[in-house]
Amino acid sequence: MGKELNLRLKVWRQDNAGDLGRFEEYEAEGIDTDMSFLEMLDVVNEGLIEEGKEPIAFDSDCREGICGTCSMVIGGVPHGGQQGTTACQLHMRHFNDGATITIEPWRATAFPVHRDLVVDRTAFDRIQQAGGFISVRTGSVPDANATPVPKEESDLAMDAAQCIGCGACVAACKNASAMLFVAAKVSHLSLVPQGQPERERRALAMVEQMDEEGFGNCTVTGSCEAVCPKEISLDFIARLNREYGRALIKRETSS
Amino acid sequence: MNLDAKIPTGPMAQKWDKHRFDLKLVNPANKRKYEVIVVGSGLAGASAAASMAELGYNVKCFCYQDSPRRAHSVAAQGGINAAKNYQNDGDSVYRLFYDTVKGGDYRSREANVYRLAQVSVDIIDQCAAQGVPFAREYGGLLANRSFGGAQVSRTFYARGQTGQQLLLGAYSSLCRQIGLGKVKMFPRTEMLDVVLVDGHAKGIIVRDMVTGEISRHSAHTVVLATGGYGNVFYLSTNAMGCNVTATHRAYKRGAAFANPCYTQIHPTCIPVSGDHQSKLTLMSESLRNDGRVWVPKSQEMAEKLRKGEIKPGEIIEGERDYYLERKYPSFGNLVPRDVASRNAKEACDEGRGVVGSGLGVYLDFADSINRMGEDVVRERYGNLFDMYEKITGSNAYQNPMTIYPAVHYTMGGLWVDYNLMSNVPGLFVIGEANFSDHGANRLGASALMQGLADGYFVLPYTIGQYLAEAGPDGRPSEESSEFDEVEEAVKARINNLLSIKGKRTPTSFHRELGQIIWDKCGMSRSESGLNEALEKLPALREEFWQNLNVPGENGSLNQSLELAGRVADFLEFGELMCRDALQRAESCGGHFREEHQTEEGEAKRDDENFSFVGAWGYRGADNEPELHKEALTYEEVKMTQRSYK
Repeated sequence: MGKELNLRLKVWRQDNAGDLGRFEEYEAEGIDTDMSFLEMLDVVNEGLIEEGKEPIAFDSDCREGICGTCSMVIGGVPHGGQQGTTACQLHMRHFNDGATITIEPWRATAFPVHRDLVVDRTAFDRIQQAGGFISVRTGSVPDANATPVPKEESDLAMDAAQCIGCGACVAACKNASAMLFVAAKVSHLSLVPQGQPERERRALAMVEQMDEEGFGNCTVTGSCEAVCPKEISLDFIARLNREYGRALIKRETSS
Repeated sequence: MNLDAKIPTGPMAQKWDKHRFDLKLVNPANKRKYEVIVVGSGLAGASAAASMAELGYNVKCFCYQDSPRRAHSVAAQGGINAAKNYQNDGDSVYRLFYDTVKGGDYRSREANVYRLAQVSVDIIDQCAAQGVPFAREYGGLLANRSFGGAQVSRTFYARGQTGQQLLLGAYSSLCRQIGLGKVKMFPRTEMLDVVLVDGHAKGIIVRDMVTGEISRHSAHTVVLATGGYGNVFYLSTNAMGCNVTATHRAYKRGAAFANPCYTQIHPTCIPVSGDHQSKLTLMSESLRNDGRVWVPKSQEMAEKLRKGEIKPGEIIEGERDYYLERKYPSFGNLVPRDVASRNAKEACDEGRGVVGSGLGVYLDFADSINRMGEDVVRERYGNLFDMYEKITGSNAYQNPMTIYPAVHYTMGGLWVDYNLMSNVPGLFVIGEANFSDHGANRLGASALMQGLADGYFVLPYTIGQYLAEAGPDGRPSEESSEFDEVEEAVKARINNLLSIKGKRTPTSFHRELGQIIWDKCGMSRSESGLNEALEKLPALREEFWQNLNVPGENGSLNQSLELAGRVADFLEFGELMCRDALQRAESCGGHFREEHQTEEGEAKRDDENFSFVGAWGYRGADNEPELHKEALTYEEVKMTQRSYK
């Protein structure tokens, strides 16, 4: 057992996408510092149900920092501001007794609120569907070792591929830009030899879909990188810009 | 009940080839006339949905998560096995097959396992072509590591995030088919029942988790890829949303549930820290390659450690008991999961546990750091060490990790034949949701292999046989009386859950259920304990239906309602699990019956009486389920008492 904390929570409550929403305050008492942030919310919710109130709706699933489901702005920072940490891996030992903590959903036009802290991130799926893949039919592939991939490039691709698609980058950005998310996928697939045939088509299609979904433009403030729980580097956005420019030129010259 | 496994005749190595030739085919032009429902979008579901759409079938895929990319396969860390023999260390399809049957303690079906080993090599090719960034050597070729239960290096990996990368590969193929319009995806949608027409599975009833709308979907066939039931224990390494509802509902509609007592307790998880605990976190088994498991030799020393009076580093070598290395010199820290878990429990039961609760042992990297340097250890396991520090606040480069076993995987599942079809015609079950390949214990890095084998390389072939026989007209109207009836039942149940308005939350029932199952049907089981559980569970279920409190309504996003429905199914399912553990009066793999152990405390099988798959048939709420047996015969593998000494 760790120490115990008493906290005040200011939580965004919103019944559905059409509701205006408002902040409500709750006391969180006797919180063990070994708890995760979401376990603290579990305790508050159990109390609310026992009082006959509706619990705070929030998304979470794996609770080990890999599925990308949890999504809340804690104290003004997506996922709560511990470096490389999702909300589900944030532990209460980082909070002070007596603190007031504000909890809000991801706020972006492209992520409408379903309820309370739960938002709709299917825009990300649609960006992937536009081109975030290598077109290989099951079974029609060469032996895995037939295509050697230099370790450095494979490692760099993995750095990008780690993205969990949580949307914190969008939530942190003053423009609600999805560039870091798109950059991670485009970079991963353009770095490996298997991804070359569709390289240009992919970059153009994903960026076009990103714009269509209503995400803002990138002004390179770097706030996305700062909150990314997988610490995806801003360098990948530079790479995406190059990939996009390269694809445009190639399209121009081939048409 | 007909439990014909439909194993092809002929020599083991030729069965699958022969079977593929014998299977009926659906003409390419006719494939678009068929609708296929896939429930679940993890490795099995996503790979199956994408592969079948590529073939030309129209697929509807459902998942409870907000995106198919988040299914819990994403959390698998360590790796995926394949008999590539890239390391030239003597691996082969036959060896992977043999290891898997032996690791499963001779309770799996030989022919299925052989096929799994055969297609394992294709999986790696497929994933590499999708751009999965597997670990590589400087020459650009794929790297491998060794894993528990095997003496060859056949595990492929992508840092500590192999499941994530494989799932993102399958998800990307799925996305491509969604974009092409061949798969229609339904995220945040939970399947609540299956609809049978003339005894065939022809549709499902689902709830939109955002609007609460209940809707019906008919198809020519239904595929369940809904994962395991580990959350019956409340605390497990499963995701919060993992549940038994789809498979349990199918069981209540006539599908046999096989071997529900076979559950895997993973040896290397972070110990429970208090009552607030909502889930347990696994630390990859790959850590056992370089970490050494130990507890103090004496209880006194352990007591001092628990109280924090001394630090682990102060205990000299002579006072330490590296019990796995001592008891199993040839496998050492790499014994299979069930053996490692049981030994940790035994050490703690002897009073030698090292965390405050007494339920924890050390996994120590000091020797590896001395031998290879901290940098090498960091490169191999850095993300795991970081995760450990986030959760516990302790630095594992400086102090040994503390670990304890936790529920991780369930080998039992719906009974399927060689075609992965359940005894309900038209109902296919793939991935962790079926029972077929792992017997009584699954080897590390084999779950990813099985999920992808089923989805990419088995189901797309075998489903054709059923569809060819059923014909393109075999899809019933959604307006039929069968759909009316099941939808009514689903709605009545939801209304029931909402109208009780008692005092207790769904979570409080879930926690109490989990405690009973963990105590009586966990790492070790006994006749008296199981009987006790079978008395407690009906009482708890009765209280649930009288004293449950679900706030809110159906017509909006209501997480309490979702959970209540799942807990209701777990309460029934937990009883089936205990019943199965009780009938299996032997120890095998993850199922350890205290009455059946060798003098050295190892699991003691009874091949004469229990060499069968125990498949339970539902017979109504007021009757006990009936046990059906599929005899297991071994043509290739010689059954021996497993030994890792």
